[in-house]
Amino acid sequence: MASGALAKPQMRGLLAKRLRFHIVGAFIVAVGVACAYKFGVAEQRKKAYADFYRNYDSMKDFEEMRRAGIFQSTK
Amino acid sequence: MFSRAARSWVLRTTGGGLGTRGTHSPGGSARSQGKMASYYTNHYAQRSYPMPDEPYCTELTAEQQALKEKEKGSWAQLSQEEKVALYRLQFRESFAEMNRRSSEWKTVMGCVFFFIGLTGLLIWWQRVYVFPEKPVTLTDERKAQQLQRLLDMKSNPVQGLASRWDYERKEWKK
Repeated sequence: MASGALAKPQMRGLLAKRLRFHIVGAFIVAVGVACAYKFGVAEQRKKAYADFYRNYDSMKDFEEMRRAGIFQSTK
Repeated sequence: MFSRAARSWVLRTTGGGLGTRGTHSPGGSARSQGKMASYYTNHYAQRSYPMPDEPYCTELTAEQQALKEKEKGSWAQLSQEEKVALYRLQFRESFAEMNRRSSEWKTVMGCVFFFIGLTGLLIWWQRVYVFPEKPVTLTDERKAQQLQRLLDMKSNPVQGLASRWDYERKEWKK
């Protein structure tokens, strides 16, 4: 083996290096997924429900359903 | 200690299997003259177990024995070829050879697709010759009536089915 041709490889701390890399990565991925869910799903859903119920008239809705004939207790 | 012996036994039996899948043997006059361990008594190194218990060549010629004697001295006096010959006596494959990739994945994927296709044919036959008649509720007319009822009762009006239906124009929202 021609000495001096290759740099000495890392001999110690290999597990620590791997753990650090993966712990940081896992933390970032977990926080990222949580944020994406919060903004993409949770907030969207809250907004959809707020918009739906802002001007909701339940009696008008009920009359439409009654006229469509789906109820058993009333025509 | 017991677990190491058991692990060594497991690796011997699987190592034999590994050996039979091997391709070309690494050349070298030193190795071809020494007795090679048979497949069933000596397992070969793996990435997970790189230092087997016994050397690869156990019966050495006089020349190889002389080399082993020389190895007991200072290693600086060994030439490059001698070092390589000693390595080949001790190990069957280098790390590069041990870790080479194979074409096994093609066989695996081929068999997977083949059996998926075969299963598809079996299911088709089953659908033609085994399944009974579909119930009347699955005809298009009945399915349309069911959908109309769901829209009439405004099921899931916030984000679901009824939210996609335009009640004024009586059509799906664009």
